[in-house]
Amino acid sequence: MIKGLFDPKRWNALFQAFPEYYIPGFLMTLKISLVGLAVSLALGVVFGLLSTAKFKPFRIISRIYVELIQNTPLALQVVCYYSILPMLFTNTGFRIPKFILGVVGVGVYHGAYIAEVIRTGIEAIPKGQSEAASSQGFSYLETMYHIVLPQTVKIILPPLANQALGLVKNTSILAMVAGMDLMYFTDSWGSERGYFAQAYFTSAVMYFIICFPLARLARYLEIRSMKLPTAKRLEITADEEVA
Amino acid sequence: MPDMVKVENLKKNFGDLEVLKDISLTVKEGEKLVIIGPSGSGKSTFIRCINYLEEPTSGKITVAGTEVTKKNHLELAKKYSSMVFQQFNLYPHLTVLENLTLAPIKLQHVPKEEAKKNALSCLERVGLKEKAGNYPIQLSGGQQQRVAIARSLCTKQPLILFDEPTSALDPEMVQEVLSVMVELAHENITMICVTHEMGFARQVADRVIFMDGGYILEEGTPEHFFDCPEHERTKAFLSKILH
Repeated sequence: MIKGLFDPKRWNALFQAFPEYYIPGFLMTLKISLVGLAVSLALGVVFGLLSTAKFKPFRIISRIYVELIQNTPLALQVVCYYSILPMLFTNTGFRIPKFILGVVGVGVYHGAYIAEVIRTGIEAIPKGQSEAASSQGFSYLETMYHIVLPQTVKIILPPLANQALGLVKNTSILAMVAGMDLMYFTDSWGSERGYFAQAYFTSAVMYFIICFPLARLARYLEIRSMKLPTAKRLEITADEEVA
Repeated sequence: MPDMVKVENLKKNFGDLEVLKDISLTVKEGEKLVIIGPSGSGKSTFIRCINYLEEPTSGKITVAGTEVTKKNHLELAKKYSSMVFQQFNLYPHLTVLENLTLAPIKLQHVPKEEAKKNALSCLERVGLKEKAGNYPIQLSGGQQQRVAIARSLCTKQPLILFDEPTSALDPEMVQEVLSVMVELAHENITMICVTHEMGFARQVADRVIFMDGGYILEEGTPEHFFDCPEHERTKAFLSKILH
């Protein structure tokens, strides 16, 4: 048995520390996740579209972004933003605020993965769709908006929900650079008091509270995307019926 | 009758492969032209050059008096031409009715109610009014192709390009699509059809052209063409498909 796991004294200490450590950590993780997700979606859509563009330099730019980000660890990227990036602009020891650092860290990282999800989603739409659109006179952007992307969305929602899930968990990397997130406060309180079991168990429950609904959502979207549509009832008015 | 389509010295290469070698042809307004030929003869590529789904390597195509270019082909498609594809290419995320009204509403700025009314009357003409609320996937191949024809009618262009409209259909569904096309042929629409349906060609074509190896080998009225073909290649082809 883990020593002191059920020790009421330790749990009591945790409840005492909860408002001061776990609540702000949880909120910070939640905030970084939400804004980070928005950033990653925006980057993903832009670079996903660029990667399917006819103009080759666009595809190259998108490729470079995706390959650089996918082939280096997130921890390393975050440390770079924290300690190397500011040196480009100043040598006063300026540091990017933790919230922004977190948002940029997970946003840029998952943006690359989401760009790939979107690229494969667009490529999964048969070429005949854009040909039909072109034969009707739809421009590239109109075709994307009215015809390709609505079909892409259905395919990519499940993997996007999985990306969101990964993004929440990956915010914990910020603890490495004192990110003021849930993982950071967990480490901080745990090692301060030495009550590791309580510290990490509580933290796990809190991550689970955010992640489990997302995992269910991904599963639900997956099932929904496999369902066949049902016919829409039309309101055909009486005079149309006669005509 | 003025010219609807004029093709002058059209050439199209795919890399090193010369698919169209030197095609010149004029199609009058209201004319029904049927293009036949063995597979790989370039007939599909030819018809796809007319609405710029394929970019010609050289030569000139004029639709309704305007030369088709990279810049204006979408404008020309909106005004003058629509296409029916071998694989139907209906938009699967939209209902039958929405498939028909998308281009009129978004491109031709027809008011919604009017577009809907017009779409229902087009569906009636192909005998599928009761399927208006269904999604394409719920229809048989023959029904989907009839919807695709209705979609072409609905945008009211004077030229309809048919690219092997019955080749992907189960044999028992070919007839329902052909009857709709025969029905259409009574109107003043210009029709250019790539097809293997010789009965259809005989019944509706004003002129039949035979393509092989990237050239037009023979052209004439259906009577001339089927009863006393001049070219050896034509005879050989016809003897293979007419039994």
